[in-house]
Amino acid sequence: MTELTKLTIAEAREKLKARKISATELTDAYLGAIDAANEAFNAYVAVTHDKAREMAKASDARLAKGEGGALEGIPLGIKDLFATEGVHTQACSHVLDGFKPRYDSTVTANLWADGAVMLGKLNMDEFAMGSSNETSYYGPVTNPWRAEGSNAQLVPGGSSGGSAAAVAAFLCAGATATDTGGSIRQPAAFTGTVGIKPTYGRVSRWGIVAFASSLDQAGPIARDVRDAAIMLKSMASVDDKDTTSVDRAVPDYEAALGKSLKGMKVGIPKEYRMDGMPAEIETLWQKGIAWLRDAGAEIVDISLPHTKYALPAYYIVAPAEASSNLARYDGVRYGLRVPGKDIIEMYENTRAAGFGDEVKRRIMIGTYVLSAGYYDAYYLQAQKVRTLIKRDFENVFADGVDVILTPATPSAAFGVADQEMNSDPVKMYLNDVFTVTVNMAGLPGIAVPAGLDSRGLPLGLQLIGRPFDEETLFQTAHVIEQAAGRFEPQKWW
Amino acid sequence: MSVDITTVKRVARLARIAVSEEDAARMTGELNTILGFVEQLNEVDVRDVEPMTSVTPMAMKKREDIVTDGNKAADIVANAPATEENFFLVPKVVE
Repeated sequence: MTELTKLTIAEAREKLKARKISATELTDAYLGAIDAANEAFNAYVAVTHDKAREMAKASDARLAKGEGGALEGIPLGIKDLFATEGVHTQACSHVLDGFKPRYDSTVTANLWADGAVMLGKLNMDEFAMGSSNETSYYGPVTNPWRAEGSNAQLVPGGSSGGSAAAVAAFLCAGATATDTGGSIRQPAAFTGTVGIKPTYGRVSRWGIVAFASSLDQAGPIARDVRDAAIMLKSMASVDDKDTTSVDRAVPDYEAALGKSLKGMKVGIPKEYRMDGMPAEIETLWQKGIAWLRDAGAEIVDISLPHTKYALPAYYIVAPAEASSNLARYDGVRYGLRVPGKDIIEMYENTRAAGFGDEVKRRIMIGTYVLSAGYYDAYYLQAQKVRTLIKRDFENVFADGVDVILTPATPSAAFGVADQEMNSDPVKMYLNDVFTVTVNMAGLPGIAVPAGLDSRGLPLGLQLIGRPFDEETLFQTAHVIEQAAGRFEPQKWW
Repeated sequence: MSVDITTVKRVARLARIAVSEEDAARMTGELNTILGFVEQLNEVDVRDVEPMTSVTPMAMKKREDIVTDGNKAADIVANAPATEENFFLVPKVVE
């Protein structure tokens, strides 16, 4: 049965349609894999065995009639940030203890309407705040990848660490994820998987626990570029319930795969060559450039002069929005309540007990930068810098650049409880140095595995596109995938 | 700019997070590390630059001002820690 879990979504789709396998068989194979291995990974925080089997049975009934949607019978994992009716939805925070929404997010509703099967809810950094999945109330996730000759436990990245680990360890066919500063692309790069953060407004945010509303976007993490294209097509929609959802038909992303890159202009931004970046990342980047050139693309050097300011600006804008969004966790309407002598003390006790250290840190920073007397110096300045970051991209796109190629992360996966990362919050934040610019400018970005480092750990490249041009990202990422090959961890679990 | 422990306690109060003396002391150091990191934004020339208000240049969607949802009181209170007859219960606010 285990080989069933090795099928990509595209392969499983064919076999299901041809009735060579059933959705029930496929779902049982995944549930068996989860039951056997989740203890090793801690990727799932809730497994919905009964619901999965029920959904698979319904898929089989539809397939038997020759019906079924684009994801009919495909078993998926769902990040704990997405509301799922009657099922654990706690953003992996203690403060949302016991929360079971009475509705589904637009994204998950879209997936179920297309026939997908839910396997369970995936671990993540608390409220999506983190780059290692170590801020989760449910504990860290283990990366299925290990350095050669080592048993040391590595992080899968974050915040969508459960999603990335589950996909890489064959515990789901694909997973939903979200990305506010790199939370899809960084874990994808750390696990040898493909992750795309779509253009802001492409995927509805309705029913996704809010972190920083002007930056949050949902997207898939999948085994390969085609699977990511299939999943995004189902996740994306025009939604009246999200006023920032853009009124634009969802294209058939899969159709972009295999198209020639002839005539395409690929920009290489010099500001992404950082001091202290490992030589292996630079080598990988050069390989990527060569692959795209060989495929017929024109390579041009570009400059995005405000790149270095994206991360500091992000650490004002994102905490500011988070401090406002997380004000709702007050022990009144849902989740944890810790009593106090009056209502104020109840709020304070609830939030002190319910939020972890990183979440508190960000709420505190956000509250401070928005407080009287500091708003102009911090928040307004950051929003002006954000305009300049976006303008950098607009200028290169206006000069005819179609897509930008950069490394996805400044390093490969690091160890769980890494002392350097955990002693200095800013060190951890630097993980997102190449991805955060994309959120600040609202652009689409995809991380695609491109090679292994000298210790045998996966490294990814990132492609950044024009607004709503996800098709070019899939087309270009597919070329990189064809050249680089695909990467699977050696099974030790 | 940097913060002292009094400011940290004031911000924690604004954020409605109870902090012990020990928490506040630790947070002071952490917040100053982050504030030190964002300090570099001051070197950017932002003269005549508009602050970003929307990342996608689009007009806010509008809809007719009619009721589209509702009559779900039981659903809304379903997850609350304490309720009575579809009301949220909180400690006494006024004497």
